Amino acid sequence: MLQSKSFVRKTKQGKVVKVVREHYLRDDIYCGATFCKVCDVSGARLTPDASNIIVVDTNVVLHQIDLLENPAIDYVVVLSVVLDEVKNKNISVYNRLRAICSNSLRKFFVFSNEYHKDTYVKALAGETPNDRNDRAIRVAAQWYQNHLGSSSCVLLITNDRENKRKAIDEGISAETVESYVKSLGKPELLDLVVQPQSGDVNMEEVEDLRPSKRKVIYIEHKPMSEITSGLLRGILHQGKLRVNRYNPFEAYVGSESIGDEIVIYGRSNMNRAFDGDIVAVEILPREQWQEEKSLAIAEEEDEEEDVHLAPSSADDAPRVIDAKQGSEGNTVPARPSGRVVGVIKRNWHSYCGSLDPMPMPAGNAGVAHALFVSKDRRIPKIRIQTRQLGNLLDKRIIVSVDSWDCVSRYPSGHYVRTIGEIGDKETETEVVLIENDIDARPFTSQVLACLPPLPWSVSSEDLANPIRQDLRHLRVFSVDPPGCKDIDDALHCTALPNGNFEVGVHIADVTNFVYPGTPLDDEASQRGTSVYLVDRRIDMLPKPLTEDICSLRNEVERLAFSVIWEMTPEADIISTRFTKSVIKSSAALSYVEAQARMDDSRLMDPVTADLRNMNTLAKIMRHRRIDRGALTLASAEVKFQIDTETHDPLDIGMYQIREANQMVEEFMLAANISVGEQILKHFPLCSLLRRHPSPTKEMLEPLLRTAAAIGIDLDVTSSKTLADSLDQAVGDDPYFNKLIRILTTRCMTQAVYFCSGDLTPPEFHHYGLAAALYTHFTSPIRRYADVIVHRLLAASLGINKLPDIFQDGTRLTSIADNLNYRHRNAQMASRASVELHTLIYFKKRPTDTEARIVKIRSNGFIVFVPKYGIEGPVYLTTRADKGGEWIVDEHQQKVKKTDGSVSYSVLQTVKIHMEVVEPQPNRPKLQLTVI
Amino acid sequence: MEYVTPEGFRLDGRRPMEMRQLRAEIGVVSRADGSAVFEMGNTKVIAAVYGPREVKNRSEQLNDQALVRCEYSMANFSTGDRRRKHKGDRRSTEISLVIRQTMEACILTHLMPRSQIDIFVQVLQADGGTRSACINAATLALADAGIPMSDLVTSCSAGYLNNTPLLDLNYVEDSAGGPDVTVGILPKLDKVTLLQMDAKLPMNILENVMQLATEGCKAVANYIREVLLNNTKQLEFRRGV
Repeated sequence: MLQSKSFVRKTKQGKVVKVVREHYLRDDIYCGATFCKVCDVSGARLTPDASNIIVVDTNVVLHQIDLLENPAIDYVVVLSVVLDEVKNKNISVYNRLRAICSNSLRKFFVFSNEYHKDTYVKALAGETPNDRNDRAIRVAAQWYQNHLGSSSCVLLITNDRENKRKAIDEGISAETVESYVKSLGKPELLDLVVQPQSGDVNMEEVEDLRPSKRKVIYIEHKPMSEITSGLLRGILHQGKLRVNRYNPFEAYVGSESIGDEIVIYGRSNMNRAFDGDIVAVEILPREQWQEEKSLAIAEEEDEEEDVHLAPSSADDAPRVIDAKQGSEGNTVPARPSGRVVGVIKRNWHSYCGSLDPMPMPAGNAGVAHALFVSKDRRIPKIRIQTRQLGNLLDKRIIVSVDSWDCVSRYPSGHYVRTIGEIGDKETETEVVLIENDIDARPFTSQVLACLPPLPWSVSSEDLANPIRQDLRHLRVFSVDPPGCKDIDDALHCTALPNGNFEVGVHIADVTNFVYPGTPLDDEASQRGTSVYLVDRRIDMLPKPLTEDICSLRNEVERLAFSVIWEMTPEADIISTRFTKSVIKSSAALSYVEAQARMDDSRLMDPVTADLRNMNTLAKIMRHRRIDRGALTLASAEVKFQIDTETHDPLDIGMYQIREANQMVEEFMLAANISVGEQILKHFPLCSLLRRHPSPTKEMLEPLLRTAAAIGIDLDVTSSKTLADSLDQAVGDDPYFNKLIRILTTRCMTQAVYFCSGDLTPPEFHHYGLAAALYTHFTSPIRRYADVIVHRLLAASLGINKLPDIFQDGTRLTSIADNLNYRHRNAQMASRASVELHTLIYFKKRPTDTEARIVKIRSNGFIVFVPKYGIEGPVYLTTRADKGGEWIVDEHQQKVKKTDGSVSYSVLQTVKIHMEVVEPQPNRPKLQLTVI
Repeated sequence: MEYVTPEGFRLDGRRPMEMRQLRAEIGVVSRADGSAVFEMGNTKVIAAVYGPREVKNRSEQLNDQALVRCEYSMANFSTGDRRRKHKGDRRSTEISLVIRQTMEACILTHLMPRSQIDIFVQVLQADGGTRSACINAATLALADAGIPMSDLVTSCSAGYLNNTPLLDLNYVEDSAGGPDVTVGILPKLDKVTLLQMDAKLPMNILENVMQLATEGCKAVANYIREVLLNNTKQLEFRRGV
């Protein structure tokens, strides 16, 4: 049956056009009940043991998705009209709903009512789309009831009073969410129900706790029409709000329309916007810019800065506010400040954290109101209602946000689930994983089914394969951190009769086991990278692959993808060749062992000789790279020694970098560059490369200011000049240079993956390595980017054909974006894990140590503790005492006592005392004080 | 964008392997020697055939075969926005050429030397797949004109969106930017006379998509044959045989 859908639509240019589309109605759409006698039951989900079959309306899905995700809710019919509406309103809820529908354990069925001849509803004259959709839902519910007859009861769930009344008039049983959940008899589910906004009497009660605040706190958001016209006229500016990770009362909106960042100070100016929301901003008048600033400082002091790990790049580092305050107020701040007037798109999701400690209300069984504090400091406190307060107080929980009106100081949300006890290492680790969106679930059976049968060994077919070269005769060895089980690279170095060297880098041939399009590949591309936490590793690929089949272990035959160069003794590459191979590693060394072998002049065995040759070559290559302008940056990586029994940290120390590390790194870089050149030559439009953008002037500004204060002149015109001036920046103590390097590293952004078709060749540049192009090839076991590069390389050699996704530029870009996102999250998670363990470590061991001042603040300074790689504030004044005992000299980066007796300047060494204190129960933090 | 829902429905309610509704009428332009209207869903095309007749321009005359000419145009009202479509733009010249070559392949031109056959096709309403609809309309009109042909040429398009081969794309699917394969076949001889695609598609997928389009062509051929048969029966009836 054919129906024609016709509607008018406004085009982007503002023209109004009439659109006519065909709409086919069919009779082959089935109801999805396994007990249905009329319908085809092959795809059916609804089993007869259901007491009710539930039909939900759009608003129920939009608001109660957390409830629907709970396994207690089942036998749900999701209508296509609901799906479409949800998709238009909130894509993330749509994706979650789709995930439930496709989960084979849940009994959710999608009924395409819009295409069914009996349930299609034509809009009546004068009927709004909303009314039409509500009617369509009722018609579908009615159809279900008639279709299934007395065998089961169909229940329409809606919170819309009008809709419910109409449904009951039409003879459909209908209920509200709350009454339905109550009828299930599971009180814990009620916490998941989002309270309807209208008639929310309870809200008043919470406000009563702070009677003085009962007024309109935030300015009403402007209506969407006003925002659009404001944006068009250039009065308002649109952008994504990013809250300062270190100061939640300060946010930035990067606006394209004024080409600069707008700073927003204070919660009231942020006007209920969350981090990541797309907002419309109004610029404040110029004279208010300064005033806002002083206000922000006052507010800033309610919230203290925590001790945290030293950031490793500009992306992690606290944002530096333009602190060029003149002593008089006449200097104009460089950045405009503004105020949020409306939220265009919300970025609400669920947050991890715990409840603010509060006394138990009288009457334990009743509903209690509590404030939830997120782990993520950028998120304001969230008000929730719960019936299980006693249970939740000392737990880490997940809460999601529902609404925020202008009369309440905090947004309101609802409880989603409990993770575990606060302070418990397992719980806190899980919090870290959830916060960083890391999937640590075990691999599904479909994924595991893609693995080759175990025990696996190189077969005769692999050896007979003409594309695979037999390199088992070569003396291949690997050098890795001690205890490394996923060895993905190995090396060899043979002296050739003509005096040259043949150097090979052999990388585990992961793509021989991970085929494109398989569940295994999909899972790996989703995970993107392995995540290394202090006490565990979350693999990208299942364990049999990472630790056995692909791992290039000692004395076993393994498949590899090899890059083989012929090099002169001056380390010039004469020829490069790529091949799939079979290798047999003769030694799996650790960095320490390799270093010891090279250093021990008595050892003359062949592997040691190879090591020495390689080291010589690597040194030349490294030197050449540095001459080209590569930066030797430093980061403050720390290493824990973990107790094997309790898994508690025993000792922390800086990660030591040896020559052996640098040697391996050098050859890996060379392999990556060679592979990058090869794939870009063959696939100029669809190669996956890695670039590192040059830092901008503004990013280097704080570094230059610090350097100037201590009398060092850094030339940042290019990476070469920067590298040279870094080399010259030698202070009186050995750590000085490293400290400067650490500070420099912090000003850089991170390198990112990208698809070569998206940018022009000059943009491919890798600033840190001073390479024209770079990619990742050497760690396919733990990075998905390398898997992609392996496929590209194999295709460029004609071994495989290029998988289909490379044809699709947008998908490749989205893969690259996902890899960047995952990579970044993995790093954040590792850092968070280190922070967690640092806390556990210092809990039992208050320590005195040396620290270096890295930044001066008005009431103290930030110190960096080299030994433990952590950074944190040291307060010179107590919070209560705001007295002007200390004066800050911005220009010289100094803080002085008014009488001049004591002064601290940047990069100075101070003795500090580190101790874990618990200002609030269950919330330990590390405190640093000067001694 | 999602062009195929996980339930397997396209935006207009079809499944991936389904065509739009076909409709055809023969003899719609009485002055022409043969004519037809062909509809594929909302795409509507009219075709008129004149000939075989004397060659207008003597210099173009071919001594061993008939001269086939084709003119494709789009009515001003064929798309939603009323815009003047000037004749002879690049697109219509190309489609004219495609239709001419496709039809020439099946017309037994050697039977009609020193004569000319004119095919005029005009799109009355465009909703994707105009090329295929034009070829189908032209076939019907040629058959109506009684021009000797080795077989009926039929055409159908297929595309590849959301990793699914889709038959007979409509305008929305066509403008999604995915590959669009137009296939024309001689159904009885099982030969391909037209294959057009302006995108990149891996070999094995192309095969699937082409296979699907060929199936579509065969379905069109069955329908056209039925229409012709009905038409002949009616003629028979009118002549009182």
